[in-house]
Amino acid sequence: MEIPYTVQNRPDTGLYNAKLGIWLFLASEVMLFGGLFSAYVLLRAGAEPGMWPHGWLNVTLGTVNTLLLALSAITTLLAWAACKVRDFGKFKFFHACTILLALSFLGIKSYEYHDKFIHYEIALADGTFADGHLKEKSADFDLKKKTGTVTIEGHIVEDRKELMDLRTEEAKKAVHKEIEIKAADIKKMQNYGPWHNTFTAIYFTMSGLHALHILGGTLVIFYLWGPGSKMWKTDPERFTNRIEVSGLFWHFVDLVWIFLFPVMYLT
Amino acid sequence: MSLKAFHLIFVTLLTSLSFGCAAWAFSNSKPGWGVVGIATGIIVIIYGIYFLKKLKKISYL
Repeated sequence: MEIPYTVQNRPDTGLYNAKLGIWLFLASEVMLFGGLFSAYVLLRAGAEPGMWPHGWLNVTLGTVNTLLLALSAITTLLAWAACKVRDFGKFKFFHACTILLALSFLGIKSYEYHDKFIHYEIALADGTFADGHLKEKSADFDLKKKTGTVTIEGHIVEDRKELMDLRTEEAKKAVHKEIEIKAADIKKMQNYGPWHNTFTAIYFTMSGLHALHILGGTLVIFYLWGPGSKMWKTDPERFTNRIEVSGLFWHFVDLVWIFLFPVMYLT
Repeated sequence: MSLKAFHLIFVTLLTSLSFGCAAWAFSNSKPGWGVVGIATGIIVIIYGIYFLKKLKKISYL
């Protein structure tokens, strides 16, 4: 039995099956990310004065990632346009570019995450706070037993609020050096993972979900570029529709980033 | 809505983001980044016109 409307548009909807399906799916995605953006607004509006972080993320890396995704949206469109004019070679080239750009995005995102996981805020027994990137833990380091030392590349501040806004002149002037801290002097030690505060929680949730979408989209695009491209020989029109549908998803993911970048990195 | 129409929305938002980033950079005393933002916005607009011309025959639906 042949499935109808895989190539031609249905007369009642004006769309072929896959396009109707992807738009319904994207509608549900809008609700998902919309809910998370709402959560971000509420968390930020409800934060204590001076306790919402600013300048915690690397704007340069975020900008590079924005450019990578923008370029990947263009290559996706060009791959679809190549299919439309029956140029399979160009399709292969542009889709390969999309995959490489997506993998570069994920590589940079992984680096950013790693940077947060090795960044520690250490509450010291004397009431001050040490903040910096972990360099070394001594072999006998144990926070519960209060043995050993930890070395960070960072600085010490009197008030935790000084760590919240890294855009200030004082924060920029802070001299970062190697600091060795005894476990006995540590009251609490925590990295900048999702558990650190509400900002890191919503940042990891939203950017992590977005990165998962990038990963999923990349797998689909890779399939269509590789084994799935066999359909080009048997049913090029249907294959072109598949490229369009994957392109619609990819554009949606890129649009989410266009909102995520200024909200997380610039404000 | 076809990929062409969605791409047009994407290009429009990307242009807004570029100029928005430029405004952010100027207000944060980073004029170099501001100029880059404006230049990117202009490049995106030029690309948008090019893409509309290139895909003239493809439907928006």
